[in-house]
Formats: sequence, structure tokens, C-alpha cells
Amino acid sequence: MKKTLTYVLLLLLVLGTVSGCAPKTEAPAEAPANDPAEEPAAESEPVVEESIILATTTSTQDSGLLDFLLPIFTEETGIEVKTIAVGTGNALQMGRDGEADVLLVHAKADELKLVEEGHGTVRNDVMYNDFVLVGPADGEIIYGNDIGAALAAINEKGLQFVSRGDDSGTHKKELGLWKALSIEPAGEWYIEAGAGMGDVLKIADERQGYTLTDRATYLALKDTLQLEVVVEGDEGLFNQYGIIPVNPNKGDMINEAGALKFMDWLISEEGQELISQFGVEEYGEPLFIPNYGK
Amino acid sequence: MDYIAQGFGEAIRLLAGFDSEVYRIIALSLLVSTSATVVASLIFVPLGVYLGIKPFRGKRIFSRTVYTFMSIPSVIVGLVVALLLARRGPFGYLRLLYTPAAMIIAQTILVIPLILGLTYNLSKNRGTPLEKVSRTLGGNRLDSVILIIRELKIDILVNVATAFSRAISEVGAVMIVGGNIKGQTRVMTTAISMMNSMGDYPMAIALGIILLVVSFGIHSLIYSYSQEEE
Repeated sequence: MKKTLTYVLLLLLVLGTVSGCAPKTEAPAEAPANDPAEEPAAESEPVVEESIILATTTSTQDSGLLDFLLPIFTEETGIEVKTIAVGTGNALQMGRDGEADVLLVHAKADELKLVEEGHGTVRNDVMYNDFVLVGPADGEIIYGNDIGAALAAINEKGLQFVSRGDDSGTHKKELGLWKALSIEPAGEWYIEAGAGMGDVLKIADERQGYTLTDRATYLALKDTLQLEVVVEGDEGLFNQYGIIPVNPNKGDMINEAGALKFMDWLISEEGQELISQFGVEEYGEPLFIPNYGK
Repeated sequence: MDYIAQGFGEAIRLLAGFDSEVYRIIALSLLVSTSATVVASLIFVPLGVYLGIKPFRGKRIFSRTVYTFMSIPSVIVGLVVALLLARRGPFGYLRLLYTPAAMIIAQTILVIPLILGLTYNLSKNRGTPLEKVSRTLGGNRLDSVILIIRELKIDILVNVATAFSRAISEVGAVMIVGGNIKGQTRVMTTAISMMNSMGDYPMAIALGIILLVVSFGIHSLIYSYSQEEE
């Protein structure tokens, strides 16, 4: 009996390992020896199996948008997209360092600067949504459309506020809002989390405090949170996403062709249409609104 | 509270229904951690045994260094490996970052001190009398090493199982060098972490259950094997 059990467990372990090795339909990530052969040089014609590294924000990942879009892109073009979800600041740095092939972030001013400095080939609008201030339904900030007033009140009364604290697009937007009010947030009420949007929402939820979030991530997590939208619709809460292919002069490992294909697909009619569909079925409204060329 | 129960229910459904994403994640975890443990063991078990019985200068510094590295935080290993494998890093041309190969490399480096340290310690304490026997019978050092491995194989196996546990349960190294890419470098630990972030508790719980089952399975294996040998 013991011997049988041993062999069964051993068999399961081997099966698991072997199936981990089994060639997958996507690009052969498990066969490192093949990778140099599969990565095309920037100037060669499109190969069936190639990959690009997309550095993007945690909000595009946590909302589920990329899980929805990318398989369609891969099926149509044969290009596999390796999504590395970090904060916008991080993603822009990866662009400067040439560690990624294309960036999808939401900090327009910094994006334009990146292209100006020559690190990116071009920058295009892709989609937008808005930020909202969320907080406890029965909290001291009552629902309204003035983000400045709400933040000022939070600062004055020392209400719990959780900041992303990670140089992300959302963090930059938040800091910009404080700056516009000439407030430097500090004190025990101001929590700098250094985490992604999903995690920060959970922290805010636990402490029944306030946080600035993009609407998409909030909607995706809404059922697990006891936070409500407290401020929305303010002009200052507009959240624009942009795409930047990284400048291939950084090195021959940059997949310029793949990056441009991805950008072209996202701003194409098909890509824009798909973006406008995402979330409608589940949440009744699109989480991101396509706006290339508008 | 009912969201936990609901999570469990959905977890069972995902596992019983052979949800392909869940099983792919499990398979990759097993591949990465098993490969890392096997590679580290094949090289460093014999080495550890050998160093345990061979007198050399600086044994104290050696053991202290190895024992220190045994508890190195996995994120540090991840960070160092990622810096080396980054495009502008010395090994960037291999294009290994964000692949399972990089994850195996990182986990191998992570468990090497553990295998080396535990085996060295075992050999030092229990290997010497065995070495003496081997010498008496006319064997050289290689014969001694082989004898020690055969005699102490249960203890060595336990050490290897410990190393495997360390590998399969860590999240820092595989997160940094793998990137948690869906369908490619997502393993149980990184998936659980991300799903918790996204509020997808059923998947997180399903993977948590599997992680425990795998751990339990491995150690039951070792136990049955050791029971039979006695």
C-alpha cells in the first residue's frame, strides 16, 4: 500500500513537471535555447513567433483590460506580449533603459517629455477614463464634484488617506492635485503604501479611509470593498492613457517592429472598438473610453 | 464571511473541472521548483558531503558564510539575478529575463546554500565515522563520498525536500525575474499574490489548496520511502 502511494505521488510529480515542459501554443518560453533564434532583429520581416515586452501600469492589469485584449492581438499577429505591470514611473524608466519594447502608461506630461528626450519614438492617445475619490459611505466627506475641496477637507480634518506612494500615474495625479492646492500632505493620516492600485484600495477599505483611484480598478474590485465614490466628474480627474514605442537606437534587442504593430493595433478601429466594449457586460459601462485621434 | 466559503466552493470547482489556467500555473510551479532543486542537489550534495569530511583551512568561515546565505531573502536573489539578466546587464544577450529559465536559475541559486549547508553539516557530523570505515576498506575520497551518500540517503532526501519546500513556496525571486506573465511565468505563489490584489479569492484559494497538497504530497513521499528503507 505504501509502495503504491509512493509511486502514485511520484507519478503526479513527474506528470506535473512534464506538463510544465510541454510545448505551449504560445511562444516557447520554456525553451531558452530557442529564444535568440526567435527574437527577430529590428529590421527583419515579421516572424511567426516573436515577442514584445510591454511595460504598463498596474491599473491596466488589475482592471483586467489586458487579459481581455492581448489574446486577441496575439492570435491575429502571432506576437506574444509579455506584460510587466509596474508603476508608470517604473515603466517610463524601463523605457529609458531599453528594458521594454513598448509602454502603455498614464502620465501625459512625463510621456511627452520621454519622447522629447529621445527615449520614445512617438506618443499616441489610446484611451481615457477618470479618477475618482473613494471613501466610506458614511464618512465626513459628502458626495460631490469638487476634488480640490474634498482634499482640502481631508487635509484639514486629518482624515485617513492612502496614497499609492510608488511614482505611478495615479500617484503623480494625486501629487499634482495636492500641489494645485499648495498642500504638502504629511502626518499620521497620510499613508504612503508603495503598492499597486488593487492593494491600495484594500488598505483604504480596511482603514475605511480615502484614496484616489482610477475608475476601472475600482469597478473591478467594487464587490469586495466597502468604499463608495465620493468625488467624481471634476475636470482635474481626467485620466489619459498613452502608448509609446521605445526608441530602437537603445540596442538591437528592442523589437521595434513588434512594438509598432502593437501600437497600430491598439489605435486601429478594431482595437479602439474592443476597448470600448471592455467591461460593458459586467459593469454596465465601459471601463476605458477609446480616444485616439479625438 | 461567506465570501471565504464562496471562495472555497469555487476553488473546488476550478480544480475538479480541470480549469486550464489553474493547472498550467501548477505545472509551471512544479517544473521550476523541481528543476531548481534537482540541479542544485546533483552538484551540491556530493560537494557538501566531500567538504564535510575533508579537512581544509577556513572551515569556520565557510560554514558561517553558507549558513548565512541559507536564509537570504528570496527577493534579494531575485533582484541580483534580474540585474544580471536585464537587457543592459552582463547576461542580457541571453534574453532570459521574464522566462521560466530565469526563474529556474534564480531558484537554483536560492536553494544552493540550503543544500550545501545542510549536507555539509550532515556530513561533518555523521559522515566522519563512515569515512573511516571506507578508508579501512581501502577506499579513496570518492568512495567515501559515495558510501556516505548511500548510508545517509534518507537524511539527504529530507534536506532535498526542505530545499524544494523553500523553492516552491517563495514568491520574491520568481516575481522579479519572471514578471508573473499570464500563461508564461505565472506560478502558484505569484498568482496568489496577484489574485489577492485583484480580489479574485476563488483562484487564490484554489492555488493555496494545491500548494498545501503538493507540499504534503512531497513529504508523504519522503516519509513512505524512508519507512520502507528501515
